[in-house]
Amino acid sequence: MKEITIVAGGQAGDGIASVGETLSKAFTRMGLHLFGLNAYQSVIRGGHVWFLARASPDPVPSQGDTCDVLYALDTQTVDIHLPGLAAGGTVVYDPEKFTIDPARVPVGASALAVPTLAIARKYTSQSILQNAAGLGATAFLAGIPLELLQKTLADSFGRKKGEVVDWNLGASADGYKFAQEHTSPNSNAVRPSGEPKLLLTGNQAIGLGAAAAGCKFLAQYPMTPASSIMHWMAAHSREIGVVVKQAEDELAAINMAIGASFGGVRAMTATSGGGFALMVEALGMAGMTETPLVVVESQRSGPSTGLPTKTEQGDLNLMLGAGQGEFPRAILAPSNPLEAYHLTVRAFELAERYQTPVLVASDLHLSESFGTIDRSELHLDLEVPPVATAEPNGHEFKRYRYTPSGVSPRSIPGQPGLNYIAGSDEHDEVGHLISDVKAGVPIWVAERTKMMDKRMRKLDGLLKDAVPPVLEGPATAPVTFVAWGSTVGAVRDARRILEARGVRSNLLAVPTVYPLHRESVATHLRAAERPILVEANFSGQLGRLIRAETGFEVPHRLLKYDGEPFYPMEIVRKATEVIGHGRN
Amino acid sequence: MAGTSAVSVPATTGAALPMVGKSDTKPTWCPGCGDFSVLAAIEMAVKKLKIPSHNVAVVSGIGCSSNLPHFLSSYGFHAIHGRALPVAEGIRWANHELTVIATGGDGDGFGIGCGHFVHTMRRTVDLTYVTMDNQIYGLTTGQASPTSMMGQKTKSTPAGVIENPIEPVALAIASGATYVARGFSGDVKHMADLIQNGIAHKGFAFIDALSPCVTYNKINTFDYFRQRVYKLESSGHDPTNRALAFERALEWGDKIPIGLFYRTEKPTYEDLEEVLAAGPLARQPAGLKGRDALLEEFL
Repeated sequence: MKEITIVAGGQAGDGIASVGETLSKAFTRMGLHLFGLNAYQSVIRGGHVWFLARASPDPVPSQGDTCDVLYALDTQTVDIHLPGLAAGGTVVYDPEKFTIDPARVPVGASALAVPTLAIARKYTSQSILQNAAGLGATAFLAGIPLELLQKTLADSFGRKKGEVVDWNLGASADGYKFAQEHTSPNSNAVRPSGEPKLLLTGNQAIGLGAAAAGCKFLAQYPMTPASSIMHWMAAHSREIGVVVKQAEDELAAINMAIGASFGGVRAMTATSGGGFALMVEALGMAGMTETPLVVVESQRSGPSTGLPTKTEQGDLNLMLGAGQGEFPRAILAPSNPLEAYHLTVRAFELAERYQTPVLVASDLHLSESFGTIDRSELHLDLEVPPVATAEPNGHEFKRYRYTPSGVSPRSIPGQPGLNYIAGSDEHDEVGHLISDVKAGVPIWVAERTKMMDKRMRKLDGLLKDAVPPVLEGPATAPVTFVAWGSTVGAVRDARRILEARGVRSNLLAVPTVYPLHRESVATHLRAAERPILVEANFSGQLGRLIRAETGFEVPHRLLKYDGEPFYPMEIVRKATEVIGHGRN
Repeated sequence: MAGTSAVSVPATTGAALPMVGKSDTKPTWCPGCGDFSVLAAIEMAVKKLKIPSHNVAVVSGIGCSSNLPHFLSSYGFHAIHGRALPVAEGIRWANHELTVIATGGDGDGFGIGCGHFVHTMRRTVDLTYVTMDNQIYGLTTGQASPTSMMGQKTKSTPAGVIENPIEPVALAIASGATYVARGFSGDVKHMADLIQNGIAHKGFAFIDALSPCVTYNKINTFDYFRQRVYKLESSGHDPTNRALAFERALEWGDKIPIGLFYRTEKPTYEDLEEVLAAGPLARQPAGLKGRDALLEEFL
């Protein structure tokens, strides 16, 4: 596979993300697939931020392990990223800012000194314009045609016109031409490859999926890395007819969403672990009142405030156990933007069909990284069925009627003859509470059991309608990876590297973490030669769930909780080590 | 613009349909509880406004008073402790043709739910909030509440309360409520009028109902209030003057004012939320049929 990876690094406020996004969009407009990683810190200015764009004519499931072109805006970027520059690679820098000791440039790589500040001064005294010059030089090395770069850069300013846009176009062309005069493109430089691809983050895909599934109301409190779901929805609120409410806290956000759902619209809230911890009580209320609800939990490194801008898959236990008592729920875990779109749609379908909360388990690495989708793979024209399913029949309306599926007819306020009280207390089929003067009275003791059984029966339907695990790769292989969420991407890359080395492997990806398709998981894992659990948390939370549900303990584990996403080579090394140990 | 209608809620005013009345669930309050008067006052108010029961949603949190939705024949949502207001807001935004009434106690609204109380008022959501304020936690058998007075001895404060009470009326005026009143369970007719006008008021209507707990609060009793309350309407108070309203709101001692403290007109949240200009959200098309142009930004 011919692919190229670009890294741009500097301080927060340097405009690194803009450089990265412009390069990414230029690549995807060339028809390339891409993975874009935006690494930042919990500061607004200073520190170290970097953007990685890895592009290829083939699907790009992760950020990979290499760097072909490094654009360094400061010495910290040089310190951190230069050692990883591939043979044949180039570091772009401005000697007016700092110098690079040639001895530090890896063997086979080279340094290209570009006068980015001098180019910027031709247009303005604002040094930020140096970026445009660096962008131009980087784009030349990557094989992006100048015209396409200029068009993409101009588009990034939207409808804005005027000297700032002109300066950027001028400086980027100057940087591009400077590189053209002083060096040749990287040996991995890309060529156009088919139709332009859609480039979007996991969070944008979640927003798009929610809107396509009929979501009309989103309530959210800002929290990294879930905030950009609200940003996308808010920016399109009027256009797509979705009310977006920034609530006073996560308690309000989830309760507003539950109120809106009770009121007759599909509703969602989104947050990260800390906010989700606050939502826990209301999640149970959605389960108890049988109110459909979609909650996106985009995990970041915990515990507590943790590492707010770094990834982790440490909240699975929380999601599984959130809420006092027991109620049916589903937890869906997409691995890339396309799955994020489809599983968000599925989350709304399941929530409506089973009138219960459904969680979309994302994480920072999925929520904020960019990925590509073929235009033909995304269909927005989904049918959205009505919310209310009950018709008045002259009798007392039993909102919580016992049914074989556990799903009861549902009305919404405004429908005559179907009035009911949704109660967070235990209640009978009509909705009358049985928690006070009836509690403990024998017939109501029995009623409580029947009502619990009715609600919990919905788990059978959820399991039947949820996306089952998929074994990717050959039916048998020396190693079988088990993974969920964004980690699946790095495993997919690792499998390709192993394959290139003549090592067969397969992957059991688990898109529905709960309810777990235990028979399928158990069958695959028991048949596997060397199963390896790959998870971004300390204790192997999916492994624990699998053991609880199937009795099978995954014997090999690759766990990581340093805040960074998995890199394919880490997984390759683990597989090689496990195979070296022979069969288990 | 394509898309499938998410629901089909009849837009009818439904004059021939049943009005709000008592449900067949009997209140479980202690005999003599002030909350009976509040229930009666809400029922009277909604009946006088001739709003059919299917267009009313009564929302509550947790506490003795929060069982109230079960005793009425409208739609209702008996939520978890302290969260009546955000649930009520969600219902309003899903369908702003509904009459939404939030109810609850002083612990629910001014303790665990106080953050929501302030924020709902500042955003002028068009709903009515009636608190049954008995200055004590009843359902948990008699602990101090956020409105318990300094010095009051309770199970949780055997040596007396040593913090200042929340002043709900003053807090409401300060937080931007557009209709602020106080009723007393000893005068149902007066309270019903306050609630009726509150429901008819376009904006956030707050009615703090002095609703004595006959079991756990031996200080703030019916007699305590009967000796102290006076009506603002008969004292020449001008409810359009926010500063004067605030002054009256701070009055709590030998004289306790009841009635309408403050009233003003402001655009509501629902007026300002542009998406709702196309009608109740629950009747708007849902989904993205025909909206493929949305994908352009990703290309």
